[in-house]
Amino acid sequence: MRTLHRTLPGRLHLDGDSMSAPAATNDLGDLHGGLQLPANKTTSTSIGIQSIPAPHQLVMPIQQHVGEPAQPIVGVGEHVLKGQLVADADGILSAPIHASSSGTVVAIEPWPVSRRYGENAPCIVIECDGDDRPVKVSADLLPFNSLKPDDLLKKILQGGIVGLGGAVFPTGQKLMQAMTMPLEYLILNGVECEPYISCDDLLMREQAVKVLGGAQVLMHALKLPTCYVVIESDKPEAIAAISEAMTVLNDHRFVLKQVPAIYPSGGEDQLVQLVTGLEVPSGQLPTDVGCVVHNVGTAAAVYRWICEGEPLISRVTTVTGPGVRSPKNVNVRLGTTIADAVAFAGGYNDGASQLIVGGPMCGKSVTTDHMPIVKATNCILVLTEIHSQTASQACIRCGECATVCPIQLLPQQLYWYARADNESKLRWYGLTDCIECGCCDLVCPSNIPLTEEFRKAKARIQELEDEKARAERARLRFESRNERLKNVLSAREKELRVQKDTALSKGLDAIVEILKRKQANDEKDVD
Amino acid sequence: MGMAILTAVAIITALALAAGLVLSLASRRLPGDPDLIIEEVNALLPQTQCAQCGYPGCRPYAEAVATGKAAINLCPPGGEDTVNRLAALLGRDSQELAAPGGAPVVAMIDESICIGCTHCRTACPVDAITGGHQFIHTVIQSECTGCELCIAPCPVDCISMVTA
Repeated sequence: MRTLHRTLPGRLHLDGDSMSAPAATNDLGDLHGGLQLPANKTTSTSIGIQSIPAPHQLVMPIQQHVGEPAQPIVGVGEHVLKGQLVADADGILSAPIHASSSGTVVAIEPWPVSRRYGENAPCIVIECDGDDRPVKVSADLLPFNSLKPDDLLKKILQGGIVGLGGAVFPTGQKLMQAMTMPLEYLILNGVECEPYISCDDLLMREQAVKVLGGAQVLMHALKLPTCYVVIESDKPEAIAAISEAMTVLNDHRFVLKQVPAIYPSGGEDQLVQLVTGLEVPSGQLPTDVGCVVHNVGTAAAVYRWICEGEPLISRVTTVTGPGVRSPKNVNVRLGTTIADAVAFAGGYNDGASQLIVGGPMCGKSVTTDHMPIVKATNCILVLTEIHSQTASQACIRCGECATVCPIQLLPQQLYWYARADNESKLRWYGLTDCIECGCCDLVCPSNIPLTEEFRKAKARIQELEDEKARAERARLRFESRNERLKNVLSAREKELRVQKDTALSKGLDAIVEILKRKQANDEKDVD
Repeated sequence: MGMAILTAVAIITALALAAGLVLSLASRRLPGDPDLIIEEVNALLPQTQCAQCGYPGCRPYAEAVATGKAAINLCPPGGEDTVNRLAALLGRDSQELAAPGGAPVVAMIDESICIGCTHCRTACPVDAITGGHQFIHTVIQSECTGCELCIAPCPVDCISMVTA
């Protein structure tokens, strides 16, 4: 958001003078760059989480996660109950979808969704009956620590649980991958560093026991001895609530860590680096350095599914911004439209002009509020002034972008090569490691939309890669076909040679005999 | 005495520099292993095996390009991008495409017309058509490269190209 530019209080380096940063645990690793942004969170944290009643209509996209879309298993006209499976996981990486209220399926059709790429996506539309009747929770809800880790993982897969921090990676698959690695820490991510968003903060304040309960389930599944709960030091209420819950649970595996409020320290790899001092290598995962990171919201969802039997059918979302009458955090059923959520938060202000799904840094600007809130929707931000896009000027190579880049990339070089479409240089300079945090955009004195360029360049690189993979497959098929044809041909030749040899060895009479037979055959064919 | 040492150092340095220069020039200018070049050229081609270049497949064309027998602008499916990449790889001038390529397409068999003659199946360079003799054939769309080689052999004209 360029509007933040003017109110930016200045940069803050962790390794340098952390003078204005609130007190933090001092055994932290170094994080390069980052920015201290105006938080803008108090408007939405002044009241507790409120639940939105079931709307008249639910729109449930069949893909709310990374990977393959789920396959609908209900038909139009069918009656479904709250928590009933309506689309099942399909493929290696996928997650099921459950109905978030009871009602009748009226359509399965394309609907606008807030994905980064593409406009419409197939959705299951449910006309709610208002009863909100849940499916019967199976009575055999075993305590989680009586389950074997494998069974626990299978169960988590069935709950439709995905990473609620924004990446929406299916949690079950993440755990399965993690199980194969030697692990040391579970890191519970309560660092909500992007301005305006406060859903994790409120969740920790109000449901700290559930958050930690979910972490216990995850620790049991992965057989982990330690869990770091990481919270920014500008969230004293959340810290107090979590500490209290730790005392209540009396579980010595939990360690509370405070980190300074610097954007983007809530990124998965950044958090690992900050907490453990270990850098996640390029192209690898936190599990490669012995850590597995889960968002606090994900942990709470795991608790609700494993210990209370409710699949992921709702989430806490922040509805905020100067364009909303009464900003607040809402507990909303997945599939509720943005319009319904904003109406619940008092509706739009007169000056409302821009709707963003997600936060101001990583969110996506959308043009309609008739799209559903999905598993990824952590924030709905309504702004009152469309930030005037000052024309970008030439790069003066000041290097500010490189100073703030949390991945220690060189955005000015990347920009250069992105404009030149130089794929190999882009790879060499680590474009694929860019987390699109937008810090470079904010500090650029020439107003260059760097992140946008990087997103486009990444998409192009992906396209090229797909094309190469396609070409490679075609080449292999072509070559194996040629090989096969050659084999067929040589087999035929060999057969002919054998026939010829036999004929020669049997002498002239035999050949004449064969020719006669052949002639007779040919004549028969003609007849 | 001191002079002799200096002279020796100077001579060795001059020799090393000269050798380095020759080696670096050679590595840049001289052609490498011909097989390697063919592989590199082949890797840049789209592998549609469509024979629109006049050669029976991408690898034969790659061989012709690598040995300098064919121009680099004969691959319509590859488009301008491929021409530019080939030019950069081989150090030749970029050229305009000899025949313009269209949007990517795949073959589709109208199953109500197909008589199951297997002619198209035999013609397909990447085995992307399946179906037994006197049974309806179909195109495995994910494997079809859009080379159009199946269209001509079809006796009942039931194959058309659709956008992928």
